[in-house]
Amino acid sequence: MLAVSKDIKTINLNIGGYAEGSTALNNKTGGWRTFKPVLSRDKCVDCMICWIYCPDDSIVVKDGKMIGFDYEYCKGCRVCANVCPRSAIEMVSER
Amino acid sequence: MVAVKTIRKSLTGAQAAAEAMKQVDVDVVAAYPITPQTPIVQEYAQFVADGIVNTEMIQVESEHSAMSAVIGAAASGARATTATSAQGLAYMWEMVGIASTLRLPIVMNIVNRALSGPLNIHCDHSDAMSIRDLGWIMLFSENPQEVYYNNILAFRIAEDPRVFLPVAVNQDGFITSHCVEAVDVLEDEFVKKFVGDYKYPYTLLDFENPISVGEWAMPSHYFEFRVSVQKAIEDSVPVIEEIFDKFYQETGVKFDFFEGYRVEDADIVFISMGSTSGTVRYVVDRMRSKGGKVGSINVRVFRPFRIDKLLNIIPNAKYLVVMDRSLSFGTTGSPLYQDITSGLYSKDRCLLVNNYVYGLGGRDITDTDIEEVYEHALYSMSEGISGQVVYVGLNPSFVKK
Ligand code: SF4
Ligand code: SF4
Repeated sequence: MLAVSKDIKTINLNIGGYAEGSTALNNKTGGWRTFKPVLSRDKCVDCMICWIYCPDDSIVVKDGKMIGFDYEYCKGCRVCANVCPRSAIEMVSER
Repeated sequence: MVAVKTIRKSLTGAQAAAEAMKQVDVDVVAAYPITPQTPIVQEYAQFVADGIVNTEMIQVESEHSAMSAVIGAAASGARATTATSAQGLAYMWEMVGIASTLRLPIVMNIVNRALSGPLNIHCDHSDAMSIRDLGWIMLFSENPQEVYYNNILAFRIAEDPRVFLPVAVNQDGFITSHCVEAVDVLEDEFVKKFVGDYKYPYTLLDFENPISVGEWAMPSHYFEFRVSVQKAIEDSVPVIEEIFDKFYQETGVKFDFFEGYRVEDADIVFISMGSTSGTVRYVVDRMRSKGGKVGSINVRVFRPFRIDKLLNIIPNAKYLVVMDRSLSFGTTGSPLYQDITSGLYSKDRCLLVNNYVYGLGGRDITDTDIEEVYEHALYSMSEGISGQVVYVGLNPSFVKK
């Protein structure tokens, strides 16, 4: 679409582009993934290091136990697998 | 008509800026020392130390951090300001563009100084020109009095909810910043009332309604955000007019985007910014007394740049002398010249225009130099010469015989 500058009306966006809390939840980054993290529960000692490092809040914890991944948001960045001291996370191709 | 009282003080341009900042009572000042800006913040630090102002002064480790701190402060709901020059502005540059696209009403004093290299601490406008496309409103000051008024106006303009853009107040390094002149200072109460309270639509410190500032925007949104800044700066024009008018009503001091001097019937019109405009007016008077039809324009508002306003006050001009105190390497003419010539083209007004580049790195510009420019203008007008870049005051050994 072509828009002549003098015809631009007020642009209805948050001023300066600030975002309300939790709006990142609208952005399902799981679609970016090519490798997915898979947990070996028997190796895991629930140290929560992966939970601290995950850039996307995708480590699912219940009652103090690491129980898996939120694949809606997990980007497959491999950080959790790298930091896990017990090698309890394996990256598996989704191709 | 005007009831407001003033007190006459002897102030440098730097002190005049600090005086206005004091009266506006800034919440946060974050700055890093750099010549010739340093005396502004030095002066202000004294106000803080003496308990005269209620300001959080942040001593940052660089200009990049200074602008970052001021951005954070402004987004948290504080009135925040900084000051810099040349290399400091260059180092700050990344954050300068972020301040405007975040639409934060920050005021920054720029004490204009030449960009390196070679290293030089003296006046020219190359530092300010590096931010001319970044979405800041840019005011230029001819003398300490204008520095003072521009600062008060800058806070009022920036913080108007119809604007919400940062404003840079420029003054010439050393020439204005370090020379003492008589400055009429308004009463504290008047300034406080004129500027009003700082209120921003959100604050980072609202824990009930958490937000984040400094978001990313994918190709689906980035374009619209950039256009919204363009729209904001265009829409600031009537607000700036209104604020200038209010200031005039209340103080009797008139401001306009372009200040014309003896221009109505002039065929030759000088256009300049900063301290040189005063010297030009002096030469205009001298040439007028010899029968020359010459006038001058002082550019007060450089961004937004409104060519229509400029052309309105020079109905009879045939020849424009565009005085630039910076270079734009690799294209035709310097920034002010580019704005004027492209503007003329779009307004279908065909004037002879030459670009006179002067004063780089603090090279003196005297009345004699400006008379020489006038002679060149007379000759070029009679010969119909246009589109040339002319260097004023260059060492003659560099010029072909
Ligand atoms: S880092 Fe490894 S061991 Fe620690 S909680 Fe995560 S998966 Fe379990
Ligand atoms: S792969 Fe990356 S995003 Fe996914 S759970 Fe591990 S650290 Fe989080």
